Parts: sequence; C-alpha cells; structure tokens
Amino acid sequence: MRPILMKGHERPLTFLKYNRDGDLLFSCAKDHTPTVWFADNGERLGTYRGHNGAVWSCDVSRDSMRLITGSADQTVKLWNVQTGAQLYTFNFGSPARSVDFSVGDKLAVITTDPFMELTSAIHVKRIARDPTEQTEESELVIKGPQGRINRAVWGPLNRTIISAGEDAIIRIWDSETGKLLREADKESGHKKTITSLTKSADGSHFLTGSLDKSAKLWDTRTLTLIKTYVTERPVNAVAMSPLLDHVVLGGGQDASAVTTTDHRAGKFEAKFFDKILQEEIGGVKGHFGPINALAFNPDGKSFSSGGEDGYVRLHHFDPDYFNIKI
Amino acid sequence: MAFDKNEPSKLRWGELEEDDDLDFLLPPKEVIGPDENGIKKVIEYRFNDEGNKVKITTTTRVRKLAKARLSKRALERRNWDKFGDAVREDVGSRLTMVSTEEILLERPRAPGTKPEEAKASGDGLAQLSKGGAVLMVCRTCGKKGDHWTSKCPYKDLAAPVESFVDKPAAAETSAAAPGAGKGAYVPPSMRAGAERTTGSDMRRRNDENSVRVTNLSEDTREADLHELFRPFGAVTRVYVAMDQKTGTSRGFGFVNFVNREDAQRAINKLNGYGYDNLILRVEWATPRTN
Repeated sequence: MRPILMKGHERPLTFLKYNRDGDLLFSCAKDHTPTVWFADNGERLGTYRGHNGAVWSCDVSRDSMRLITGSADQTVKLWNVQTGAQLYTFNFGSPARSVDFSVGDKLAVITTDPFMELTSAIHVKRIARDPTEQTEESELVIKGPQGRINRAVWGPLNRTIISAGEDAIIRIWDSETGKLLREADKESGHKKTITSLTKSADGSHFLTGSLDKSAKLWDTRTLTLIKTYVTERPVNAVAMSPLLDHVVLGGGQDASAVTTTDHRAGKFEAKFFDKILQEEIGGVKGHFGPINALAFNPDGKSFSSGGEDGYVRLHHFDPDYFNIKI
Repeated sequence: MAFDKNEPSKLRWGELEEDDDLDFLLPPKEVIGPDENGIKKVIEYRFNDEGNKVKITTTTRVRKLAKARLSKRALERRNWDKFGDAVREDVGSRLTMVSTEEILLERPRAPGTKPEEAKASGDGLAQLSKGGAVLMVCRTCGKKGDHWTSKCPYKDLAAPVESFVDKPAAAETSAAAPGAGKGAYVPPSMRAGAERTTGSDMRRRNDENSVRVTNLSEDTREADLHELFRPFGAVTRVYVAMDQKTGTSRGFGFVNFVNREDAQRAINKLNGYGYDNLILRVEWATPRTN
C-alpha cells in the first residue's frame, strides 16, 4: 500500500479520531490547532483555531456535528465541526488530558492533570444540545488516582467510567456516584504508565498500551485480563480493527533518545498482532519517530498513525491484507 | 474529395493496412437487457480465423453490488466549505502527499510457516541454538540471534572498539612488541594490546560452508537464491555480487550453510541446474584442503 502523508502539524501528533461514518479524520498535535481531514484522500478540510497549548485528545459526536478537544492550556473546547467555530470553553485549573463523549453525546468525561497543588481528577460534564445553554458545572468530579490519568472512557450504557494512567492501574468507576467499582489486578496488570486505552467496536472489551512494552486486552464488565501482547518497545498507542481480529500497537523508544541511535533501533513501526493468538502478524514502517496515535477507520479498511515526526500517515489496506493467514 | 463523399462506406482495400480489422463490415454490437431477472445479452459479430463471420451471444447476469457504503451525511460533508487554515491554503503547499514508497505489511516470517523453532526441532540450526551456541552474536551489543555485528542498530551507542583508539598506553608498550625499535612504525594491528585475530577470524567465519554460485541471470536477487537454497538446509548468508556503478547483478553470488552436509547436497543437486534459462554452476567457494 502507498500511505497518504498528511503534513498539517508542526509538532508531534498526540491523538487521532475518526467520526462514526469514517469519512472524517480528526488529528490533535502539540501545536495548538486540531485539524480535520477527509479520510479517503487525506485532503485537509479545516482547522480549529483557538487553543493556546498542546491539544491532547479529542472526540466527535455521533452525528459528526460537535467536536470536543482537551488541551494543555487548561481548557476543553466545544467546536462546530463544519465551520470550526468555538461553541463553548470549559476552564480548568490544570491541563486537560483526555476527553470522551458518552453514548448519546449528552455527557463528556474529561480528565485533568495534577498541577501545582491540584491532584488529577476525572470530571463529568453535561453537554447541552444548544451551546448557548451550556454551563460550566461538573456533574461529578472523581479524585483518587495518583499521577496523570491518561485516558478515561465511558463504559457500557454510560453506567461506568474506565480510567487508566500513570499509576498503571485500570479502574472502573460508577458514573453516577463516583464510587470505585473495580480495580485491575496488580499481578496481571501493567507495570508502568498506561499510555493509551481504546474500546472495541461493541464496547465489550478494551485494549490498553503501556510503557512496560506490552498491551493488554480486558473485559469491560469484569475487568479480567483476556490477552497480552508483548512487544519490544514502549507502547504509546493502540488500536483495534473493527473488521478483523487484529490489534495494532504503535510506539518506539523515547523521543529524547531517537537521534542517538540508528533508525532501526527505534522500531517505529505499527505492529499488527492477532487478537486471539497474540502472535505478531506484521509491521508497517514509515514514521521517523515514535508513533503517538493510532486509529482504525470504522469500516476496518484503513488506519492512520500519527508520529512524533509530525506526520499523519493514512494507510488504505491492500486487498491481500484481508486474507492474511497466520 | 467528391469521390469520397459519394461512397463513404465502400471498402477501399488498397488503403487498408494489413492487420486492419474488417470490423466495420459487421453488424453493430447489440445489447439486450438487463431484464427484470438481471439477465443481459450481448450479441457481437466477428470474423474467426478462417475469415468466416460468427455471431457470438454472451449472456450474463447483472447484479447490483452494494455500493461503497457512504451515508448521505458523509456525502454532504464532502461538499462542506473549507475553514480555518485550510481556506487560505496555497496550491503548492502540498500538505497531503501520496508516499513515493510502497509500504508493505512486513511479515515477521514467511506466510504459512510456523515459528522456526517450533517447526524444525530436528533442524540443525534449532539444535545449535538450543545448545546455547547461537551462531548470530553481535559483537557490538552482545545480543544473540538478533542481528549481525555489521547490522547492529546500537553501534553508534557502543563504546568505540579498542583497536581503533590510538591510546598512548599502547604506544608505550609497543617498544616491547617484536622487532620494533623505538622509532620504527608499528601498524596498529601489530601493536601490543591490539586484537590481532579479529580480521582473519571474521573472514574465516564467513567462509565456512560457503558455496559459490556462478552463471546467475541478471535478475536473480538474494531472495531468489535464498528460496533456491533454503530447502537444502539452514542458510546463514546469501550474497549476490552487484556492480557498484550500474547496480546490476554481476552474475555470481555466495550462499553460506550452517551444515557442511547441506552445502554438499546443494552442490550435488544444483550444479548444472537450469535456472532462469541459464545453467547454474555451484561449487565450494574456497578450494578445500582436504
């Protein structure tokens, strides 16, 4: 396959997200402007100007009309996807790390970093249908985990919130009361910072990637470990194919060590693993730095990766990909 | 001109080229359907080899394929106006490019094969590696079985090899080196403290069970040779000599085997083997002393 290279960002990529129809791809980077691209040919549709710091993550509503972005400038912004206009700004006392719309787009879960005397927190905000009625108040604030919470997503039926971060423990919280429901087993769990978390298409299980050079597949309801995928570099990003039983891990050595070694030592490939057999299927090379973001198109026929090198690479699979046998 | 106008359809055989078709003499192609069952008939006429006119009826069933699933909303979004920085985008800015490089999903091993160790428990290579003697040991980083020294990705990180460093200590002790006066030049490799055997050692290692293949076709690449020789046994190195200037194959190469017997079998079998319409010559790379 010949990937499409999109060079819209001047700084390392941080997050990638497809809309539900899979025709738009949203990219966030450490430069201040999230960008939207057409997912078929990689043409740039527009940019969202207004943030004043690195943008760590984003989410798009099911109808592809609203975009929510969380940034290191201590704000979370709501955008009109079509025009790039800012609709609302939530202000926090510390950088916002992760954002996720609930099913139905009526709620959003936002995590904020520890900063100055503030500890990290998970905020639940109600998203008004009409942006003029939007308010600043949080429905719920959960505190407890040590260190950054790198990702928090909604569980089935918005009843739970799944969080993971620097303390390497996955937690499931009640989204109504904020009570801690489950905590991942320390024995089988990750040993280092969890960098990424992604749900399967049906939400029944989710995948976490960690700096301990592994990715793990968990059951969403019981929080039991299902599978482990071991690789030889820190995992920064994970994605799951909605079509085939494949998982993709992206990563590479620490960005600060990149210039001191041969490019082969970095292992900046996106590694494909068989979800069930836990065996490596192959690698897709191309980035000149660690992969920070991965996303699968909802149709499963293409995926994109964003790297420390500032490029988004959009890969449409060759037909033979779909017949790969182990 | 007037003549042309009067008889435009008449065949003027003198103007026809020899391999020209006489297709225009035939009745036009006829397409019937597709009917409600999706049956479509195409009737064509053409000349067969003997120059007789034949009628060919092709009946096909037409089925509507599920169109590339694109929702109405997605199509609408396709026509959205650009906004933000994308509005004033220069034509020449080339933010989106198609890679010039063909990127493949690189398999860790050939499709359809099991991991090497699991498959070939009787394989010599597997046995060797199980015995603890890994053939592939990187002298830079000490990693076993991952890569060769020359391909070490960590070589820039490793401390420089001692023999390359001109140490004053080495110069002092060189007085004691054989046949060296105080001022006489001693090549670095002969100096005391230098590793003397590395060079020849390396060469010898590469020559073990080495098979020379000559009379290769220009298109033969290392992968082809590997494919050709792999069935005889574990292969450690495949090399095809390339011309530095033209980049084409020079028509010979070397294959190293783990086991001598495998190499011998390969020679017996492949010497005189027809490969790419050339007859291969396969022999031991170095004249054996025994």
